[in-house]
Amino acid sequence: MAANIVMDSVPSTVDEYKGQSHVSTTNACKLCTPLGATLAFKGVEGAIPFLHGSQGCATYMRRYIISHFREPMDIASSSLGEKNAIYGGGPNLKKGLLNAMQKYGAGVIGVATTCLTETIGDDVGRLLAEFREEFKDLPLAELVHVSTPSYSGTHMDGFHGAVKAIADQLCTEKVAANGRVNLLPGMVSPADIRHLREICRGFGVEPTILPDYSETLDGPALLEYENIPSGGTKVADIKAMGGARASIELGRAITSQETAGTSLRKRFGVPLHSLGLPLGLRETDSFFAALREITGRETPRDLALERGRYIDSLVDGHKYVSGLKAVVYGEEDMVIGLTSFLAEIGVRPVLVATGARNRGVAEHIQAIAGAVGGPVLRHMPIVREGADFFDIVEEAKTLSPDILVGHSKGQRAAREWNIPLLRVGFPIHDRFGGQRMLHLGYRGAQTLFDRLVNIVLEKKQTDSDIGYGYL
Amino acid sequence: MTETAKAICPEHEAAPEACPALPEERPAIFEERKDQIHRIGEGDFSMACNRDSLAGAVSQRACVFCGSRVVLYPIADALHLVHGPIGCAAYTWDIRGALSSGPELHRLSFSTDLQELDVVFGGEKKLAKALDELIPLYEPKAAFVYSTCIVGLIGDDLQAVCKAATARHGVPVIPVQSEGFKGNKREGYLAACKAMRTLVGTGDTGDISKLSVNIMGDFNLAGETWIIKDYLNRMGIEVVAGITGDGRVGDLRRAHGAALNLVQCSGATQDLAKMMRDDFAIPFKKVSWIGIEDVAESLYAVAEFFELTQPELAGNIVERTATLVREELAALMPQIKELRRDLEGKKAAVYVGGSFKAFSLVKAFRHLGMEVVIVGSQTGTEEDYRELAAICAPGTIVVDDANPLELSAFLKEKDVDIFVGGVKERPIAFKLGVGFCDHNHERKIALEGFVGMLNFAKEVHASVLSPIWNFVPRREQQRLERAEVLSEGPITGKEA
Repeated sequence: MAANIVMDSVPSTVDEYKGQSHVSTTNACKLCTPLGATLAFKGVEGAIPFLHGSQGCATYMRRYIISHFREPMDIASSSLGEKNAIYGGGPNLKKGLLNAMQKYGAGVIGVATTCLTETIGDDVGRLLAEFREEFKDLPLAELVHVSTPSYSGTHMDGFHGAVKAIADQLCTEKVAANGRVNLLPGMVSPADIRHLREICRGFGVEPTILPDYSETLDGPALLEYENIPSGGTKVADIKAMGGARASIELGRAITSQETAGTSLRKRFGVPLHSLGLPLGLRETDSFFAALREITGRETPRDLALERGRYIDSLVDGHKYVSGLKAVVYGEEDMVIGLTSFLAEIGVRPVLVATGARNRGVAEHIQAIAGAVGGPVLRHMPIVREGADFFDIVEEAKTLSPDILVGHSKGQRAAREWNIPLLRVGFPIHDRFGGQRMLHLGYRGAQTLFDRLVNIVLEKKQTDSDIGYGYL
Repeated sequence: MTETAKAICPEHEAAPEACPALPEERPAIFEERKDQIHRIGEGDFSMACNRDSLAGAVSQRACVFCGSRVVLYPIADALHLVHGPIGCAAYTWDIRGALSSGPELHRLSFSTDLQELDVVFGGEKKLAKALDELIPLYEPKAAFVYSTCIVGLIGDDLQAVCKAATARHGVPVIPVQSEGFKGNKREGYLAACKAMRTLVGTGDTGDISKLSVNIMGDFNLAGETWIIKDYLNRMGIEVVAGITGDGRVGDLRRAHGAALNLVQCSGATQDLAKMMRDDFAIPFKKVSWIGIEDVAESLYAVAEFFELTQPELAGNIVERTATLVREELAALMPQIKELRRDLEGKKAAVYVGGSFKAFSLVKAFRHLGMEVVIVGSQTGTEEDYRELAAICAPGTIVVDDANPLELSAFLKEKDVDIFVGGVKERPIAFKLGVGFCDHNHERKIALEGFVGMLNFAKEVHASVLSPIWNFVPRREQQRLERAEVLSEGPITGKEA
């Protein structure tokens, strides 16, 4: 087990985690691959996510996702039984596709595999081709498929894989330049997606956001139950992504792999801006800089004012949070961005953990810190990839953190240690409004900062014998 | 059109222009599912059930693993290790509101987190290593090792690994054959019962009273087992084991010392009760701890059983039970009456996992002056549905293994005020502006026993009486329609 490394300056080499010393996983800090794919497919207009596997996968993921978004999350399934596992799941898949079209009126069906169908060797690409041929006299739904064996990677791989599959399989023709910007935000909240669109429009450019579940997973109260909720990226817009003036792809941890953004660049020459999630000041500055570069416009005044107010609030509130030690956990891109945000407001991340492996989290954190050239990240945190909550808790015990920053699943540790948990990201299962939680942009940073200061003050007031009326 | 296409969609060949694959109007009910739905009063009763879920429909059902996991989950001093990829363990981490009066090992999520190489080369070694890590660390009284889809495919010999681990660690390491695709939730229940059966009969029963029972098919959600246990204790009856509410390995080992098994939940633990009847000659009674009549009847059934079998020991047990029921009802009924005043005439929909609960809820709603107009379950039998149809009013929709399309269509058609279901049903109700009561395994409010009836009534009241329903589109439209009718009032009056 690596030592508790605390350094006064950013070291040249970071403590590299070689993998868990134990083989069992206790309280996982990741989800399975197909879950991410179903979320991504949910962000395409008229689409229904479809799991090729046994019924339980779809039901478990629906339940998990519903508990966060508090919205219907219908996932169709090929509901394979024992016979199908032996003879192949093709007929069930095809029957299921027809039913999804027939009953749901799906315009797009996003098929993700599961460990079951990957292992029995179903070739979904071939099955879909057969299906198209067999029913070629029908106006069929668009069919997109992605390979998501649950024993490989995490839900983030499933998410990015599905986004790439959508771009690769739906955007296949060269189209005329259309002046739009492709925005590939990664797994962010509906509120984040809405804010990103607002920012782009502020720069006078219409983004094609893929995926866009800002309405499908956060919709209004309705008179009629919609088989497939309104909203989502329009298929026509996806088909036109090759004609965009640029793509912006968010997430530092995916920069080493083939993504929707690299695919659009390779196939259609769409310039790609690969950026971190715009979490906190500097990563948001980079995002705005990219938009300035792409559009040739200056930051609109109201958005610039949000930046100004945010910095003003940092000054007002810095002493409440300065020097607090934080444990950060969650998805790889989320923790990279959160670490940057926390470091720049004077909180000291002491442990950064993710369930994903080989994402270069330490290097990315260092890259952000190094880019400043100033003493923002004064102490390099311990970075753990492939971590579960057993690791996180064991490691954090020696670090005596003041706060936890991550999704709901850190709740047990926060409770045990009696320290506040700043709930961010996915899933939020023990609080209200996870789908409306804003993280990105200056406004998102402001929201996070206000919430952080307030949970610190709340603890201070609760723990105090006097219960000060002014804090 | 190819032969395969014909096989998949025969209707297409018969009348391509009216192919059900792409109809103009999409009815909410799948052709294949029509015989899983019955409207009381419309034709003779006939329902098909326990079928595999239809591909492409969004079934509310789960899988074999889910069935096993749900039953065994509350056993609090056992290690529950899911042998499979991470999802199966992650989605069942601390998922139920099943309380323990002591250890809480059940609230942790353990997995072998199988990776690609494990799938290629087999996961047996990893499983053995995981057990070697976890058992010394947590010192459980037993370990349950759940098989998942992938394990069923790669052919890991769970029996052998568990047997060897039992020998190494000196605690029972029990395989649960719960490969997800090998059936539905019911098969999972059976696998769980078989796993528990290996423990039953291995403990000392010397000090167990002759007036004793096991509480089966109750999971101590929000402390419900404790409520029932208190009633039974007040009647002079010892509870040997909660199976599996507030469950312990040691209690399971000596569960065969009980004189009677009380089985709630039609599917979950009845298999074990049958095994115990056959192997240990312990009779079982079906009970329900939900509602008013069902709770009272269940308690009386227990009292009568012991009056008959142990007249000397039981004393005036029936009388004691009557006193208990009287006391409880005296406290409960005035409050129910109060709540009923607001709820009279409102309509409810019930869609639950097991059908026993549906029965009890139909009766419970009557005490609130409410009518159940939609009733269904994931795993009921034809007999269950026949009996349900017999106690519900004409026009009531009875449904097996429903999906969101059907449920939402029924909710709208019947214009219900509250939907009782689980977390997967909640957004359907809420999206349409219908009240909701969570009666599933995530609930945090005790809904069993007499006090549970009060909590249930309060829950229903809190949702149905909320002013927010005035603002949902459904009610706004009804108000608009009423306003139109009113403004046309005099004219129609003249015509009449």
